[in-house]
Amino acid sequence: MSLDKATVTKIAHLARMKLSEDRLDHMVGELNNILDWVETLKQVDTEDVPPMTSAVRHSLRMREDKVTDGGYVDRILANAPDAEDGFFTVPKVVE
Amino acid sequence: MSVIRGATGDWEVVIGLEVHAQVISNSKLFSGSSTTFGAEPNTQVSLVDAAMPGMLPVINRKCVEQAIRTGLGLNARINLYSVFDRKNYFYADLPQGYQISQYKQPIVGEGSLTIDLPDGSTREIGIERLHLEQDAGKSIHDLHPAKTFVDLNRSGVALMEIVSKPDLRSADEASAYVTKLRSILRYLGTCDGNMQEGSMRADVNVSVRRPGAPYGTRCEIKNMNSMRFIRQAIEFEARRQIDILEDGGTIDQETRLFDTKRGVTRTMRSKEEAHDYRYFPDPDLLPLELDPAWVEEIRATLPELPDAKRERFIREYGIKPYDAGVLVSEQISADFFEAVARGRDGKLAANWVMGELFGALNKAGRSIADSPVSAENLGGLIDRIADNTISGRIAKQVFEEMFETGADADTIIEEKGLRQVTDTGAIAELVDQVIRDNPDKIAEIKAGKEKLKGWFVGQVMKASKGKANPQMVNQILAEKLKD
Amino acid sequence: MSTADLTELGLAEARDGLKAGDFSARELVDAHIEAMEAAQVLNAFITETPDLARERAAAADKRIAAGEAGLLEGLPIGIKDLFCTDGVRTTAGSRILDNFIPVYESTVTAKLREAGAVMLGKLNLDEFAMGSSNETSYFGPVRNPWRRAGDPAAELVPGGSSGGSAAAVAARLALAATGTDTGGSIRQPAAFTGIVGLKPTYGRCSRWGIIAFASSLDQAGPMGRSVRDVALMLRAMAGFDEKDSTSVDAPVPDYEAALTGDVRGLKVGVPVEYRADGMPEEISALWQQGMEWLRAAGAEVREISLPHTKYALPTYYIVAPAEASSNLARYDGVRYGHREDGGNLIEMYENTRGSGFGDEVQRRIMIGTYVLSAGYYDAYYLKAQKVRTLIARDFSDAFGDVDVILTPTAPSAAFARGEKTDDPLSMYLNDVFTVPASLAGLPGISLPCGLNGEGLPLGLQLIGRAFDEETVLRVAGVLEEAAAFDARPAQWWREA
Ligand SMILES: [Mg+2]
Ligand SMILES: [Zn+2]
Repeated sequence: MSLDKATVTKIAHLARMKLSEDRLDHMVGELNNILDWVETLKQVDTEDVPPMTSAVRHSLRMREDKVTDGGYVDRILANAPDAEDGFFTVPKVVE
Repeated sequence: MSVIRGATGDWEVVIGLEVHAQVISNSKLFSGSSTTFGAEPNTQVSLVDAAMPGMLPVINRKCVEQAIRTGLGLNARINLYSVFDRKNYFYADLPQGYQISQYKQPIVGEGSLTIDLPDGSTREIGIERLHLEQDAGKSIHDLHPAKTFVDLNRSGVALMEIVSKPDLRSADEASAYVTKLRSILRYLGTCDGNMQEGSMRADVNVSVRRPGAPYGTRCEIKNMNSMRFIRQAIEFEARRQIDILEDGGTIDQETRLFDTKRGVTRTMRSKEEAHDYRYFPDPDLLPLELDPAWVEEIRATLPELPDAKRERFIREYGIKPYDAGVLVSEQISADFFEAVARGRDGKLAANWVMGELFGALNKAGRSIADSPVSAENLGGLIDRIADNTISGRIAKQVFEEMFETGADADTIIEEKGLRQVTDTGAIAELVDQVIRDNPDKIAEIKAGKEKLKGWFVGQVMKASKGKANPQMVNQILAEKLKD
Repeated sequence: MSTADLTELGLAEARDGLKAGDFSARELVDAHIEAMEAAQVLNAFITETPDLARERAAAADKRIAAGEAGLLEGLPIGIKDLFCTDGVRTTAGSRILDNFIPVYESTVTAKLREAGAVMLGKLNLDEFAMGSSNETSYFGPVRNPWRRAGDPAAELVPGGSSGGSAAAVAARLALAATGTDTGGSIRQPAAFTGIVGLKPTYGRCSRWGIIAFASSLDQAGPMGRSVRDVALMLRAMAGFDEKDSTSVDAPVPDYEAALTGDVRGLKVGVPVEYRADGMPEEISALWQQGMEWLRAAGAEVREISLPHTKYALPTYYIVAPAEASSNLARYDGVRYGHREDGGNLIEMYENTRGSGFGDEVQRRIMIGTYVLSAGYYDAYYLKAQKVRTLIARDFSDAFGDVDVILTPTAPSAAFARGEKTDDPLSMYLNDVFTVPASLAGLPGISLPCGLNGEGLPLGLQLIGRAFDEETVLRVAGVLEEAAAFDARPAQWWREA
């Protein structure tokens, strides 16, 4: 599998990162090198092998349904680049 | 089968629904902040909900229980092993940049639900799955000319996404499905079903095809929060697709929005871009494994659900299927009815609850939850009809008083002196008086004008201020006229 | 004791000295602040917090006087700038968080504070912990305190991503430091700087409040100048946390007590697959030496096989970027951090993330996005998760036969800055010996066991069973004693 620049551009968009043309050109080569390298995994027979999603074996622990958090709007907005009237703001979205 | 007539022949509309139902719980699915609706912006937000760096999710047991309860209420398979995945996309009200949801292994598998159609028939609709996921925050577009404001109070509230099979064939069926689903969720106490507040929203998938043909390309109409709009949107969308196909065009699979002002669906601009959600198991969470004993415990606490209750009402109280359907649609009206009907004439009880009471409540803009007439008092009123203390007509008068004051039937009857007159002598006296006052009418009756008898009865009743027992009036009048 | 002498102490020694009243916490902390301020050229710290440190030292002295001293009372340490610290800027080494001041404290740093440890400041790291040389930090590279004997002009990297932590401990700016390890980020810099670094079992230390790189791999751990020091510090850092669903509810032992010095009868495995072609002679000799030391101490050394070793790195470089691509989606300029305006929301995102992340982070986000995308998930991500299962099985099979595994920590000593930055792959290869244990979630320690021909430290790694940090520490203690590593970098930065 070889990535072309159009695909790399698409991925960058999917990841919401604006990359300069120059960076995109570089990225094509770098990503292809890395992907070629990980191709070796194809040699491994993984028939009937379950995927490992966690190094922890136990099942999900559940907490009680109690209100124990929230109620601190000032802390939530403390680092916001552009908060207004208790809201976060972003450039206007047209649905 | 319902078909839509097109210019080139018949079409069938195929509908599948994805209903997002907010879970009733005190705190959010993965954080301890409150789920209450309507708070000041960003006050019910924890560090986790705002996706601060390094924050981690911990699941709420109650939300899991509610999903299991709902699954059981939908006759569905409960999956003892399920997995939480991340659905990755960027949006202003999605702080993590992903929604924690369930993808390949949901907590609830296939089930079913029976819908009741306007013509009295029923149909079974398949449920594909139910999964738990996080709700997003809210974007508000009209507070500022150049900015969208974001409130994360709703961010992280638990949702059950309930996905139907594409079994629905008309706007009527879709609406019946949502109605029944809402009713079941409310019976179970797992979602309040409040569509205005957005605690129940539906994504509607619509496609059309020639009857019997394979499924056509579908469009998804997002986030519908009213039954009326769901119907309108389906009707508009089906017509739109048929027109395109009949003109030789093709349908693009896309996400659309229903414009409630214009009554049309349109492409959703913010979702125009091709999506690639890159689902993968959330590494901050572990697989959810359920103890089968817990599932059984929950099953044991399920209430009687609307379908079963409806059957029982028909059987036990002898009421009409339609009436039973109306009464069971809300648990509270079913309970009210049953409190009135128990030990009494079920049909009479149904008539009073659905006729007088619902009518009066409707007129007063009140709900059964704050009915001024208690089930006990309505029952007492029916008892006085049954034991001939009052007539049906007087009973309506008593009911009006009851609705106004909340007093019980006996008090009203005594205070207003509404007890029925059953004294033969007193009634005979009234009859004689009316005969005396109307000799010309008597002559007409004797000449064969039988119809006037009714007029005579009416006059007697009027003279008794409605309190005379009508049967006795009839009987005495007939005897007097024979003379 | 003179100020300079106080920075010569180890963590455990300083604790004992405070307890004995040989000096005050304030004196101890002042000595380290002085050292920190004299070592700016190393660029080990992103944010120094001397005032806060003095304040906390004074409070520690009061608690010591009141007989209420915690486990680490009054001991000055550094915190990797990946741990969120309440009211103190936390950057993850990234421009995208260059102005972020958390309103909360990570569980691990809260525990350290509770134990009385005094934070000197926030330590430099590779951006979002992605790197093996500390060259990807937005705040500039960290210099390794060590220099090549024959080439003192060459600036060496301290390893990464916990490069600031490693340099600060090696240069005696802090008694110890926290690190995080995703694929080797504690162990490899420890080896490059001649200190001890322990990556605990996954689930041992809470991840709550640590800026995530790859959630299924990230683990916090201690870095210090002796095995005893990391044992002491681990005890304060570890423990169950209900706020982290992957935290394991297991008792935290007294790790110092595990340092019995007795490894008689213990079985030590040496994986044949780690004898990579091209391993420098000095490293394989040191490894051999390590085996002999353990044999001499009464342990039994035997060969084991970890057959899927060569697939570990490719597996890691799919799994970690995939998780990272999702974990880093929250840096969007909306709620905190750097924001770059744009004409609409999407442009705002793209500009913010285009200028807020550095090259390596962007590279990994790209790889991660790609391997999770439609049509490639099965071939890359799912495949890697399956191979990961096989790698973990290799270890559990091996631990049927042995109690601990001995390997080199890294395939080379510290390299020069810029040497590997042009070729990301050559950088990735540096983690070849540390990544397998990370994938399996197992505890691993690196300790300095010798010098190479250029006078640079080399480390050996010990890998243990899950939640058996005690055996790892015990064996490390024996190796440490045998190696008697006492080399140290000259303090050239003081003149600089
Ligand atoms: Mg949907
Ligand atoms: Zn959904």
